[in-house]
Amino acid sequence: MKYLDEYRDPAKVKALLNEIESAVTKNWVIMEICGGQTHAFLHNGLDAMLPAQIELVHGPGCPVCVTPLEQIDRAIAIASRPDVIFTSYGDMLRVPGSSKDLFAVRAQGSNVRIVYSPLEAVQIAEANPDKQIVFFAIGFETTAPANAMAVLQAKNKNIKNFSVLVSHVRVPPAMEAILSSKSNRVQGFLAAGHVCAVMGFHEYPPLAEKYNVPIVVTGFEPIDLLNGLLATVKQLEAGEAVAENQYQRAVKFEGNESAQKTIRNVFQSTDRKWRGIGVIPQSGWGLSPEFQEFDAEKRFDVENIFTQESSLCIAGEILQGLKKPPQCPAFGKQCTQQTPLGAPMVSAEGACAAYYRYHREAIHG
Amino acid sequence: MDDLSFEGYTCPVPFRPTDTVILGHGSGGTLSRDLLNRLFLPELGKAAPRALDDSAVVTIDSQRYALTTDSHVVSPLFFPGGDIGRLAICGTVNDLAMVGAMPVALTCGFVLEEGLSFDVLQRVVASMKAAAQEAGVYIAAGDTKVVQKGGADQLFINTSGMGKIPEGINISGANAKEGDVLIVSGTIGDHGIAVLSAREGLGFETALESDVAPLNHLIQAMIGAGEIHVLRDPTRGGLATSLVEISEQSNVTIELIEQNLPFKPAVKAACEMLGFDPLYVANEGKLVAFVKENDAQNVLDVIKKTKYGEDAAVIGRVIGTGKSQVRLKTAIGGTRLVDMLPGEMLPRIC
Repeated sequence: MKYLDEYRDPAKVKALLNEIESAVTKNWVIMEICGGQTHAFLHNGLDAMLPAQIELVHGPGCPVCVTPLEQIDRAIAIASRPDVIFTSYGDMLRVPGSSKDLFAVRAQGSNVRIVYSPLEAVQIAEANPDKQIVFFAIGFETTAPANAMAVLQAKNKNIKNFSVLVSHVRVPPAMEAILSSKSNRVQGFLAAGHVCAVMGFHEYPPLAEKYNVPIVVTGFEPIDLLNGLLATVKQLEAGEAVAENQYQRAVKFEGNESAQKTIRNVFQSTDRKWRGIGVIPQSGWGLSPEFQEFDAEKRFDVENIFTQESSLCIAGEILQGLKKPPQCPAFGKQCTQQTPLGAPMVSAEGACAAYYRYHREAIHG
Repeated sequence: MDDLSFEGYTCPVPFRPTDTVILGHGSGGTLSRDLLNRLFLPELGKAAPRALDDSAVVTIDSQRYALTTDSHVVSPLFFPGGDIGRLAICGTVNDLAMVGAMPVALTCGFVLEEGLSFDVLQRVVASMKAAAQEAGVYIAAGDTKVVQKGGADQLFINTSGMGKIPEGINISGANAKEGDVLIVSGTIGDHGIAVLSAREGLGFETALESDVAPLNHLIQAMIGAGEIHVLRDPTRGGLATSLVEISEQSNVTIELIEQNLPFKPAVKAACEMLGFDPLYVANEGKLVAFVKENDAQNVLDVIKKTKYGEDAAVIGRVIGTGKSQVRLKTAIGGTRLVDMLPGEMLPRIC
């Protein structure tokens, strides 16, 4: 397929791998920010083909993963109301809140619909004037323009039965949080190409300079990923630290200005909690004052739903490899695959789930 | 901001046990299997041998018969390349044929929603008649129930079927052997994407048609051309789920070659756009065969000459025994594992 096959060419992949191999002389820890890039590395088996000196660290760029528990609980509270049609991107439906997920809410008779675009949710609102239509506006800078556009459309058309439950997050504050953390090991970044297609990468040169870290804007196909890695490795080996763009067919320095204008029109910067990570200051977007009427949290009075990840859960230490699952006091007791307390027990790839499945008998005799 | 734990953060996208049935239980993947293993098999499946193939094999007076049943609940009822009627006949014919049986007779049960137009029903029945004629089976018995408006979505059809298994045929998911060559009878994922594109609100149109078709004639031709160990029609859950099932039934390691997998460009494009892996998209007129190595070329040549097999391709082989695993050699030369479809297939966010 045009525009894809040329970026998946096995001969080019091999040549780039050779180039990286000859460029790398030391061990480097490189983080790919975006979940889509993580997926592409694993889907293509590319991670296992890299030289051993390169350690890939998977970044927090999965909107589904980082949406905080209480926001899921708020979504569930709203979706459970009989007067509501709750609309969402598909993969949010299976993320657990503290007691259930949106699939379970739908199975109990609530009207929960998957939409492919937030503008569909606006159409549903027009077609169902006797219902309240709520869209779960989550995601990074990539989904923000369309989500903002939906709110603008609803305002322009004077649609009163539409609102959004907003949980937008932004990449650069997360990168800064990682870089300023004492336990940080990341020495170079593959920046998220599609986020940069919207936002540009003018926020990155100051970060690269301040923290002395190469930041390379990178795409999602094997050739893109390898080009991004090669550029990062070359900078690291040469002791350089600048922001550069390896995804020029999609990304301009200034980004998509009209999309940014739409975002600025509807959203304003706000503190945001990241699931499994914590609050990062000014790391998200919320509705700006003139669009408050579209705020589902206010409309359905769910602002006071606060849920904490279980304090028994030591996911942070598990995920850093500091402790093994059986060392957790809740493991196999309060925390099981049927009643998970944290992400590592929930996820199919999680360390706790793997231990639970394969080592439980050995541990509990 | 000192103790943030970003490293190794994994996606908490789970399949949490629920106390109610959810759509994912019907997806053909892990949730469906859980339901089978936890409830249906222990309570209802004790008498049946645990082959878990597309059809059960029942022996009466030393003659082996294939027996199977399938319910059809597709929305929309009519989609490019087919409709619920053709699907209901082909689905059951194919399930019978996948154990090497010659399909003989089908039954059909209709659940009709009050208010369904006769025009729609007539079109569905005409389509069933045509498909049954093509497959060479007859409808031996039927049943009709009507439910109140809202009690069903227009029209559900259950078909059951029986077929005769000729002597000397032994085809089962448990029969894969080291060295077997995997042949798929045509392009993958056509049905799932055709239905998806016909479903309201998707926002893209394709010229793609469902592949729904009876495969019994094709299979008879294959059986004459070489030694077939396994046949499976990768319907819900797609090719990946079928292959994982077979690898478990036969306790073998399967290696797929990504570059050899046949896809229509429109299916590939739709999957790229929606974030689907075509290996998990449903097929209704395709089969995957595990063929004895020396017979593979002959069988492939025969399939390619049949009506529904011109795009057939060799897609991999059984590379070992003693370990149930499906691996994929990626187009760029890497290797990854292939797992079952966990639940419903969901479009990704970005």
